[in-house]
Amino acid sequence: MKKIFIILFLLNIISLNAFSIEPDVFVQSTVNRASQILSKDISKDEKINQLKLIAKDTVDIRGVGYYSLGSARKNLDNNQKKEYLILFENYFLKSFSSRLSEYTNPKIEVQGKNVLNENYTIVNSILIATSERPEVKIDWRVYTKNPDTPLIRDLIIEGLSLARTQKEEFASILNSNEGDINALFKTLKEFSKK
Amino acid sequence: MLRKLLIIFISIFLIAFNAYAGSDGELVLKKDKPEEIKDCFEKLNRATFKFNQGLDKAVIKPIAEGYRKLPDPLQRGTSNAVKNLSNLITIPNNILQGDIKNAMINTGRLVVNSTIGLLGTIDVANKMGFPKYEKEDYGQTLGKWGVGPGCYLVLPVLGPSTIRDTAGSFANILGGDPWYNASVHGNNEFLSEGLYITSKALSGIDFRADNLESFDNLEKNSIDFYASLKSLYIQDRENKIKNNQRGNIEVLYKDEEDWEEIDNK
Repeated sequence: MKKIFIILFLLNIISLNAFSIEPDVFVQSTVNRASQILSKDISKDEKINQLKLIAKDTVDIRGVGYYSLGSARKNLDNNQKKEYLILFENYFLKSFSSRLSEYTNPKIEVQGKNVLNENYTIVNSILIATSERPEVKIDWRVYTKNPDTPLIRDLIIEGLSLARTQKEEFASILNSNEGDINALFKTLKEFSKK
Repeated sequence: MLRKLLIIFISIFLIAFNAYAGSDGELVLKKDKPEEIKDCFEKLNRATFKFNQGLDKAVIKPIAEGYRKLPDPLQRGTSNAVKNLSNLITIPNNILQGDIKNAMINTGRLVVNSTIGLLGTIDVANKMGFPKYEKEDYGQTLGKWGVGPGCYLVLPVLGPSTIRDTAGSFANILGGDPWYNASVHGNNEFLSEGLYITSKALSGIDFRADNLESFDNLEKNSIDFYASLKSLYIQDRENKIKNNQRGNIEVLYKDEEDWEEIDNK
């Protein structure tokens, strides 16, 4: 009986650990997947489509979307929230994949991690220098509330946060249009159609 | 004399305005939180930004593209030389910030590179194992002393700045930049105002050439390029003032509660 209990206990621990992914391993595997696509001999559009799939898998698009909206999210009704999340996802995937697709065969090396609390880990990495550009420090803010499915919430490039930049961009559009959310919706739609 | 007086007057005005702006509660330095920087002159800033973009497309970017085609040693030599000159501003700012260790390291770097490094064209100090060079300026020093950034500004040709950083730049021509003093007021047959302006222009071209792709990429993927550049400039200055090499989470996000609220949804 005692033996069975121990076996069950061990199995339980193993099964729990089997699904928990370390944030640094998660980031390295994500960049490896992206790198593979970028070095493939396929069209740029095809690369963009495949990068979008990776982003959908690994980025907390909903969380980043709400964060980017800042305090304006409190004024949205449920229908506006739904519309915003659809528009934001289209905008984000296009912007993210288009930024990445400019690089050919980037080599990113994960160097370490800093566990901030149970919700967040910062993973430190570098984009290795080439003859055309210097080394670039990239930090990943990984949301680890659910350790089985960590999600990327921000990229901090040489100390500059993309999420914060995006949030300030959205705020600027809202401020220029007296807080009219429809103006932001229109801008996001236009960007996605480009 | 009149020019100097005018510069002093403008600097006093800028710092005074900054001090006033810093008293409205939003611009005061908060511990562990970046300052909220108001865009008090947004219309004018956007117009200047548009002018700068036109100038960039017509003149600066083509020159930077040409510069990138120069043989690598020539490019690197120019880049090293202008960086070496910037030590002359960094060293007094290291001292003003109480960072005597880096002031000594940078003085050593300047001496080695200006002599063995053939007027700074070869970064011998780097090869000798000197620590990585971090530029400092008077805007950073004012920030370190607790002066708030004041309103955001876009300067013609020079680009993004704040009232504090613009006031800091005036310190260069008020005696704070030994290279300016020697070349403009130095009574030296080898140096001249033209040489000073050329060195500053080369520094700008070198920076633009380094960022050709990243600027294009940012412009293409921004829904408000003006706001993107403003945000990046402000974040960069916050990092530089706090000497953060990789950014600091507590400083980076203006409002960490924003994330927390989303987490709790």
